[in-house]
Amino acid sequence: MPEFDWAFTLALITNGVMIGLMYTLIALGFVLVYKATDAINFAQGEFVMFAGFIAAAGAYFGGLPFWSCALLAVGGMIAFGFGLERVVLRPLIGRPVVAVIMATIGVAALLRGFATLAFGAGTRAIVLPVGDEPLFLGPVMLPPVELVGAGVSLLFLAAFGWFFLRTRMGIAMRAVADSQQVAMAMGINVQRYFALAWAMAGIVSALGGVVWGAMLGVDNQLALVGFKVFPVVILGGLDSVIGTVVGGLIVGVVENLAAGYLDPYVGGGTKDFAPYVLMIVALMIRPYGIFGSRRIERI
Amino acid sequence: MLHRECGVFKTSYAADMAIYPLPLARWTVVGLVALFLALPLSLSEYYLSILNLILIAVVGALGLNLLVGYTGQISVGHGALMSVGAYTAANLITRLHAPFWLAVPAGGVMAAAIGALIGVPSLRIKGLYLAIATLAGQLIIEWTINHVPWISGGVQASIDVPRPSVLGMQLKTQTQLYFFLLFFAALATVGIMNLARSRIGRAFIAIRDQDVAAEIIGINIFRYKLLSFAVASFYAGVTGVLYTYYLGVANYEQFQINVSIDYLAMIIIGGLGSVLGSIFGAIFVTMLPIATRWTLESLGGLIFAPSELANIIPNLRLVIFGALIIIFLALEPEGLYRLWRNVLGYFRVWPFSY
Repeated sequence: MPEFDWAFTLALITNGVMIGLMYTLIALGFVLVYKATDAINFAQGEFVMFAGFIAAAGAYFGGLPFWSCALLAVGGMIAFGFGLERVVLRPLIGRPVVAVIMATIGVAALLRGFATLAFGAGTRAIVLPVGDEPLFLGPVMLPPVELVGAGVSLLFLAAFGWFFLRTRMGIAMRAVADSQQVAMAMGINVQRYFALAWAMAGIVSALGGVVWGAMLGVDNQLALVGFKVFPVVILGGLDSVIGTVVGGLIVGVVENLAAGYLDPYVGGGTKDFAPYVLMIVALMIRPYGIFGSRRIERI
Repeated sequence: MLHRECGVFKTSYAADMAIYPLPLARWTVVGLVALFLALPLSLSEYYLSILNLILIAVVGALGLNLLVGYTGQISVGHGALMSVGAYTAANLITRLHAPFWLAVPAGGVMAAAIGALIGVPSLRIKGLYLAIATLAGQLIIEWTINHVPWISGGVQASIDVPRPSVLGMQLKTQTQLYFFLLFFAALATVGIMNLARSRIGRAFIAIRDQDVAAEIIGINIFRYKLLSFAVASFYAGVTGVLYTYYLGVANYEQFQINVSIDYLAMIIIGGLGSVLGSIFGAIFVTMLPIATRWTLESLGGLIFAPSELANIIPNLRLVIFGALIIIFLALEPEGLYRLWRNVLGYFRVWPFSY
């Protein structure tokens, strides 16, 4: 074991925090849908990939500038979210969990196949208008893509906080999440808020797609980011927005530390492996996450 | 099965629970056996190889249906458990020259042990959490096999396995392999049919329908959930071994997450909680990519260039696959089995139906 290198560790942790915030952005889409509609979205990674494809296609085929591409992705994903809720999820309300999980797995396969058919198999680039000169903070090097990603994530979390705490729609959505029956009795159109939740998941995925697409390039593999959503939400607790942030940070830091310290010994790949081990441990000790609410079951 | 129950009156519980509900059913079974034995005589090697793939898939689908359809525990880790079976058998065969009658159950038992371990969290968690825990199981097993050379046998993570020898004769042709696989598929089918109507099977169904109530009437939930995971994983392990024999190589790329999803699709499309449904689903999902390829290779050439087709076929298959899962879930949640029952129900009183 070489001498403990503080600068190296610090760099790993800082990068982990940035990546973790970017995971949070994607996981937020999952949590929003689960909180409001009790539906489980196994296609979150594919949402992100599809949004990335829309943005990249806007630049590639239409020659649009970056901001229009991002707006196109957001608009496209909102429409997609509304449509998906109406066509696929609404008929499944009240059916067992397995059915909803399988339906979203079906959506995932559909999106993956369709995106490649429509946009081609090659990797496309999304170019953020920030250049690629990394920012140096002492020993820590931060690529601008990560900074933008973390910034967008923080901005969006603040916006969500404001939306849920201050606006009429946000409060109605919290009511729906709390109890659908009571919300209905108070005159809230529950179905509309279900659709809204999916549309919001679409917005989050669109931003995630642009940011992650800029970092990794847009192709089929972008959907693999979705696999990181599960450790994030399980660690944080499925129905908690703050939990998502904490979970995202934990996963980002842990996977970076694992990649930095364990990869040389076991020959790579710990990045995708460590968060899941952590998650299993969390499931054994505290299955409902750090901030999740414990469910009490009645017959 | 295809028969009419006109004039049959059951007078005892034993008669009601009998494996042949009607005298005619015996003849249906005889007819089916004759059909399956005669089938290889009329098919070419290529079609037989497809049939063999279906037989392998039947075993895996039956196991997963026991877990998801009968016990109500979702698992996204079926593919990884197949790889556990495959690598256990491959190591036994190449290192100890184990015969098939040792390698097949050994792969199953190993998978059952690991599967029961994955099932341990099911005591406290269910639904989504269980799905994610089994997903973690899938990824961790994949990673372990890929990164431990002692298991995976070197850089490519693949081990060459010779075809099995039965009674001193090595199976070479697809026809010989067909009978080998048919034996295991038939065994698996009868095994699940009998398990489902036993005390254990009824306990599984009780857990699926309402686990808290099941516990109150005295079913040890943890034991039965673990048992369900173990039996389903045993089937997965056997599937893995059979597939390894079929391919002649154990390779973890054949057992990745998409395989788990394929098998989930089989039982959803075929029909949850039904033996016949698992078989229908296995046939349907195995045939889907093959049918897509046939159709596109014969018709697609008119519209697309051959180089484009290579890209279109796998992706179109994904699109059709996803769409079918959604359509079946939304329109016919009980799957092909239900459609089959509807057809039978129509003919039951035909031609005097009102």
